[in-house]
Amino acid sequence: MAPVLKTLENIGHKVIDGILRLGYGARFFIYSLRVSGESLRRFPLVIREIYFTGVMSLIIILVSALFVGMVLGLQGYNTLQRYGSSEAVGVLVALALVRELGPVVTALLFAGRAGTAITAEIGLMKATEQLSAMEMMAINPIARVVAPRFWAGVISMPILAALFSLVGVFGGYLVAVQLIGVDSGAFWSQMQSNVDFRDDIVNGVIKSLVFGVACTSIALFEGYDAPPTAEGVSRATTRTVVNSSLTVLALDFMLTAFMLH
Amino acid sequence: MNPVTSTPVSDNIVEIDNLSFSYGNRLLHKGINMRFPRGKVVAIMGGSGSGKTTLLRLIGGQLKPSIGEVRVEGKVVHEQDDTALYLLRRKMGMLFQFGALFTDLSVFENVAFPMREHTDLPESIIRDLVLLKLNAVGLRGARDLMPSELSGGMSRRVALARAVALDPQIIMYDEPFAGLDPISLGVIVNLIRRLNDALGATSIVVTHDVHETFAFVDYVYFVSNGQVVAEGTPAELRESAMPFVHQFVHGEADGPVPFHYPAPDYQQDMLRGTST
Repeated sequence: MAPVLKTLENIGHKVIDGILRLGYGARFFIYSLRVSGESLRRFPLVIREIYFTGVMSLIIILVSALFVGMVLGLQGYNTLQRYGSSEAVGVLVALALVRELGPVVTALLFAGRAGTAITAEIGLMKATEQLSAMEMMAINPIARVVAPRFWAGVISMPILAALFSLVGVFGGYLVAVQLIGVDSGAFWSQMQSNVDFRDDIVNGVIKSLVFGVACTSIALFEGYDAPPTAEGVSRATTRTVVNSSLTVLALDFMLTAFMLH
Repeated sequence: MNPVTSTPVSDNIVEIDNLSFSYGNRLLHKGINMRFPRGKVVAIMGGSGSGKTTLLRLIGGQLKPSIGEVRVEGKVVHEQDDTALYLLRRKMGMLFQFGALFTDLSVFENVAFPMREHTDLPESIIRDLVLLKLNAVGLRGARDLMPSELSGGMSRRVALARAVALDPQIIMYDEPFAGLDPISLGVIVNLIRRLNDALGATSIVVTHDVHETFAFVDYVYFVSNGQVVAEGTPAELRESAMPFVHQFVHGEADGPVPFHYPAPDYQQDMLRGTST
């Protein structure tokens, strides 16, 4: 009897802890928004962070996009040519990227590249008392450190996702047209007539904005909430990747469900 | 002993009244009373884990007392709203144990940081002020170095320059001597005294280094088990017959603070070990 009770008790504790953390996270998120005014007025702070989160993530995101696009070209052609519609490969590549892979893969890569960096940096700033020092200098660390990073992430993500789609389409073009020999005119014209601005591109941008908010705020919260030890920061970094990835995939399902009515 | 009663206007810039504070279930302070007169250097001494650093955080308003209050210039710290608390903190400078320099900024930018955040001074004046502060700690030549390039003693001096960047009236030092070689230590001791007197500030030094501290402070509070167990000028305390103070000042391994962590009787413990 005792072991069963113990297990139940543990499960209960885990659930309560999880809900508590969710609450802390939400309060942290709302508070960051409330003190955002100052960091938006001092926009150079945000630009600096856009450089560290957005620009520094460009290489991994563009290279991944090229490969993802090329694989889409290969797989798409392979399947479509069985039905005699290999020219539609352009549409397939573009829609897959703009609607799904662009926002989602960018968000996953962003969580791994920029999210972990944010978590580790803020966790270490906390562990070395830099955040405390700021508080004692009468400077609000959430306004000065957290909010600029949040806005930098939210601004970077849609741009990164758009670049991902762009380079991905180019990768698909390289494989389908240059390598396999699909007609170039058909490739582009079919893409042009079948990709809708409102239904496909705008929805993709909305997705990446939502993912930007989710990934950045998770990374910031995990860093700010990390126990100030080496182990604490390393665990927080891991949690950033795991939680961001799961959140992005779950949100993607929900958003897609709404967007397709 | 200091009187427990107090008047709003007094010569004490910081007053701690009947303060109790607990971390979770652990009662860290029970009924602490302290006075920090203007212009003096006052040390808070005690063993590791006796909650000395926590006292500084209570004065700075980063923590709230469970009972009692801390007053800075007559204002109760934990009753201030965010804006008032930040105004109060602008009168304080704090040197953290390991400096807590911003690792992504150069020495110059670290010292300039509070000025840039709190003032609209033109760049040329900020430059002059930063060089002035850095010169006071002898590191004007190190202005372009990054914190990772500094030794422990140098980091602490830069942090000190940053702590006094806005000419605070209260300077708090958290273990300023920990891990320093004798030369760096002498430099810091000298700086604490000189800066305090030059700025007309009040310094609160949290430390456990008896000899260095007794040499330059005006008044000492001894904290043990969450209470002030002794206080006085260094000369008074050196002569003190109180067992705890005697043990602490003379660095004896055993005494009122026992060498052994509480354990069952040694002989019985060993015998029990052999029988199993």
